[in-house]
Amino acid sequence: MDASILSSILFATIVAGTPLIIVALGQLIAEKSGVLNLGAEGMMAMGAIAGFAITLHTGSPWLGVLAGMAAGALMASLFAIVVLTLMGNQVASGLALSILGVGLSAFIGKPYESEILPTVGAIRVPLLADIPIIGEPLFNQQALVYLSWVLFGTIVWFLYRSRPGLVLRAVGESPSSAHSIGYPVIRIRYLATIFGGAMAGVGGAFLSVFYTPLWVEGMVAGRGWIAIALVVFATWRPFRVMVGAYLFGGVMVVQLFVQGSGLGINIPSQFLSALPYLATIIVLVIISRDQNTVRLNAPVSLGQPYRPEA
Amino acid sequence: MALTKIMIKKLALVALVCAMTGASMAADNVGFVYVSPIGDAGWTYQHDLGRLQLEKETGVTTSYVENVAEGPDAERVIREMAKRGDKVVFATSFGYMNYTLKVSKKFRDTAFVHVTGYKMGENMGLVNARFYEGRYLTGVIAGEMTKSNILGYVAAFPIPEVLQGINAFIKGARSVNPEAELRVIWVNSWYDPGKERQAAITLISQGADMITHHTDSTAVVQAAEDEGVYAFGYHSDMSKYGPRAHLTATTHHWGDYYVKTIKEVQDGTWAPISVWGGYPRKMIKLAPLNDAIPEELQNRIRNMEEQLTVRELHPFAGPVIDQSGATIVPAGKNMTDEQLNKMNYYLEGVVSTIPN
Repeated sequence: MDASILSSILFATIVAGTPLIIVALGQLIAEKSGVLNLGAEGMMAMGAIAGFAITLHTGSPWLGVLAGMAAGALMASLFAIVVLTLMGNQVASGLALSILGVGLSAFIGKPYESEILPTVGAIRVPLLADIPIIGEPLFNQQALVYLSWVLFGTIVWFLYRSRPGLVLRAVGESPSSAHSIGYPVIRIRYLATIFGGAMAGVGGAFLSVFYTPLWVEGMVAGRGWIAIALVVFATWRPFRVMVGAYLFGGVMVVQLFVQGSGLGINIPSQFLSALPYLATIIVLVIISRDQNTVRLNAPVSLGQPYRPEA
Repeated sequence: MALTKIMIKKLALVALVCAMTGASMAADNVGFVYVSPIGDAGWTYQHDLGRLQLEKETGVTTSYVENVAEGPDAERVIREMAKRGDKVVFATSFGYMNYTLKVSKKFRDTAFVHVTGYKMGENMGLVNARFYEGRYLTGVIAGEMTKSNILGYVAAFPIPEVLQGINAFIKGARSVNPEAELRVIWVNSWYDPGKERQAAITLISQGADMITHHTDSTAVVQAAEDEGVYAFGYHSDMSKYGPRAHLTATTHHWGDYYVKTIKEVQDGTWAPISVWGGYPRKMIKLAPLNDAIPEELQNRIRNMEEQLTVRELHPFAGPVIDQSGATIVPAGKNMTDEQLNKMNYYLEGVVSTIPN
């Protein structure tokens, strides 16, 4: 295969995987604390419109990303009040949040449908970007791509190397034990949920400001749901989330290249379109097939309401 | 979803007001059912332009419900419109066909018009446009202007209407440049800007320097603008999204037809017929041509538009040869409408494999 084609496949793979990584890692933190928020799609949509609108008005993509983060966090706070303070059902409330976000973003976004943003340029790392094949994909990307790697590193360190990370996991494992030794379970869950929302908002803003610089209703197109599924299939482990996201993006990009190549490979395009989902699920299920690891990593109290006793 | 609900509430209110003020007020109302949000470009946007033209030219009142899913929801919306006494209901998406037919049988005093599709009723007509006529012209431009001889096409689903566009595009290109080849990527979605952009960039990285799309967003035109190649829009004039890249677009115009239909209904001369209009009925036009197109070519395109209008030019005039080399239409004949409606193959010049 032509080296330049390989390079552009890798490049596109990383771009396609980036929003999934950001959103899924945010959800991972929320779920590790025991809160299942199915509203990622809605929070992403709100992040996308907030990011787009603010970037358009201020001319700064960074303020746009911050606005997306704030919008996602706001949506997640709403969700947290319902499920953590008012003890609402997490699954039902999450679904409602998803529908609310998609609809509300469409409503707010009406005046922005005809607007366009300039494309945000890539940041080239000197020397490293000149490495053949992998140089361009890894070191000539938009800033948020690099930030997704920083996010990954930070989350791995936080969860497995820091004390607050240990407390967060303890809350997700057994809220009553964590409570009895004096940790504020509800407050920790609030923070984790809001962090998850903020990351979903950043993922949405990545779509509308960096990936396809435009706003249209429904532009998230199911990526929120994919992110939620990734967390589960990756058995709540950050590295596997990242592998899954790139795998999903990679298979999608490769199938487009196969179709466009005119190689005459006789595979129905409908099957090729389903392939990213199939491949990701199969690979993640295989690497996560060990029941003990699954039990070890799945937060036991996921989705269960908890009310501290006095 | 939420928006649809708001619209439904508004509709209910309108229905209530109509009921209170008597049927006469609703007598001249015309209802429109849209499959997607109106937005700023695209299939539904063009229908809404037609609706606005109708209001302006005939003075009838209109109302619409946007974002109606192709399913039982559509039946409810169409029934609601008929029930409140709308004179005419335009259902503007393929998947509404069976629901429109069902409702039309219960409301014999209402005229129903379904856009695209193939089933008619005693008070249900059909309308569609020959999108491929515009596609052929954009193909000619692409064939003349390409340097790599590789053209790219981002397509949604392999149904006859989409295949007509793909085949007309390559036939137009090949009519002026026998070396031209067309690569097609199916994204299996009418609407996913991220995926559409990715497909466009894939085609460009594989050498395509002229790209077009049969999907609903403007992402492909924007991708062309960013990557420095040329693009042809679809449905609407998308030049705003790629001032340099956008050479022209195949655009749809329903307004004249809507006006004519309403006048016929008011005169009592309307009959449910199937209309498949193109250049002669002014239902298809090209968006303004970009200055990047050489003047000589612009003149030639204008000339071909004239020929399409008087039916001297047929995009699928024989010989029509498919990808395998078999002759579909011999020289001297034109493809029939029946053949067009059953199109399920690629013509020669398309190098991708058809999904089936």
